[in-house]
Amino acid sequence: MKNINDKKQLLVSAIESGTVIDHIPASSLFKVIKILGLDRIRNQITFGTNLESKTSGKKAIIKIAGKFFEDDDIDRIALVAPKAKLNIIRDYQVIEKRVVEVPDTINAIAKCMNPKCITNFEKVTTHFRVVSKKPVALKCLYCEKITDQERLEII
Amino acid sequence: MKSRSLVSIDDLTTEEILKILTLAAEFEKNPVQDILRGKVVATLFFEPSTRTRLSFESAVNKLGGKVIGFTDSSNSSVAKGESLNDTIRTVNNYVDLIVMRHPIEGSARYASEIATVPVINAGDGANQHPTQTLLDLYSIQKTQGTLDNLNICMVGDLKYGRTVHSLLMAMSRWKTSFHFVAPEELKMPDEQKLYLRNLGLDYHETTDLNEVINMADIVYMTRVQRERFSDPMEYEKVKNAYVLHDYMLSDTKPEMRILHPLPRVNEISTDVDGNTKAYYFEQALNGVYTRQAIICLLLGLK
Repeated sequence: MKNINDKKQLLVSAIESGTVIDHIPASSLFKVIKILGLDRIRNQITFGTNLESKTSGKKAIIKIAGKFFEDDDIDRIALVAPKAKLNIIRDYQVIEKRVVEVPDTINAIAKCMNPKCITNFEKVTTHFRVVSKKPVALKCLYCEKITDQERLEII
Repeated sequence: MKSRSLVSIDDLTTEEILKILTLAAEFEKNPVQDILRGKVVATLFFEPSTRTRLSFESAVNKLGGKVIGFTDSSNSSVAKGESLNDTIRTVNNYVDLIVMRHPIEGSARYASEIATVPVINAGDGANQHPTQTLLDLYSIQKTQGTLDNLNICMVGDLKYGRTVHSLLMAMSRWKTSFHFVAPEELKMPDEQKLYLRNLGLDYHETTDLNEVINMADIVYMTRVQRERFSDPMEYEKVKNAYVLHDYMLSDTKPEMRILHPLPRVNEISTDVDGNTKAYYFEQALNGVYTRQAIICLLLGLK
């Protein structure tokens, strides 16, 4: 019979099926949670943050049991976690790996940096066309001003 | 069915722009018609702009339509705290087309998403004012006989001037040489210059109007406003350098014309008004024909 410590280890380290998102900058963890709406779903989720990363500073990791994302959904996190890597798990096995890519349009998650834009005055869902992917530059569909990486804020 | 709106000059293809200019020429020949009989147009001016509003209202009235609206948000429901969303939803029920001027950028695009009738943007803050651009294009085509291979000289406040930015974007669809004449503090922004470079179009920058005025086909004047300068001394130094006088026109091309979006303050001396090259008041009249064309096109009446 397994002891209690084994069980604990098992819960944190592996999921039977679902999605593992790795290489999230630690500072972006909660933004990723918000963008993917993980704070509103009932799936089992574990996350770790401020973990050592071989490639870049402190990283975070999220494991979501029983959840698989559409490409369009997951690409939205590219704004805050451009180096994120996904492992799609079935039966404890990684059946697919993928990286995220900045999509061509960004809807509802970014804030327009222009204080005189209508989206900052009324309840308007923001819409942007991505005019540059690296570094990210978004053109507001409404005021037509550019929001760049530095001034990018997630709603 | 969702109707077609005009929010930004980029919403139009070059063919559509040319179609509007052709239609405007027809209206110039025959400005009083009965095409809009039974139609009601709203002019919603959330901030005052007398010239633009009167031009639209004249355009509608000459075609037999009726106009309702307000001239300033202080005497509308907006003063009671109504959202733009609610105002547009309500007015949408009363009219066949909405003309809107609003100080907030992007408000026109938003209104066009809410309304089921066409929305014409008559200026949304510092963003877009496409009917001004179209009437400028009409004036240029009418006076030069073409939109191709022209030397356009833009003078004054090129940094904040919405009109010159839109005209630049529109004229870059044709082979145009641009000359920018502005004080250091009000130079054409890099974004616009980069845009022209990417298209392989020529531009030339100077602080001296006399240097380029004689090669210009169009001199597009704008107002240099004191409040745009961080240093008032700077303004005092340059304020007279961007004023056009009649004596400066003696060696200019015979077909050269002077445009100005108006209102003028002192950047064109009144002694220019009598010169045949002064075109700004005719330009304002062209605005009526151009707006007649735009309204009829959006309503599917032409």
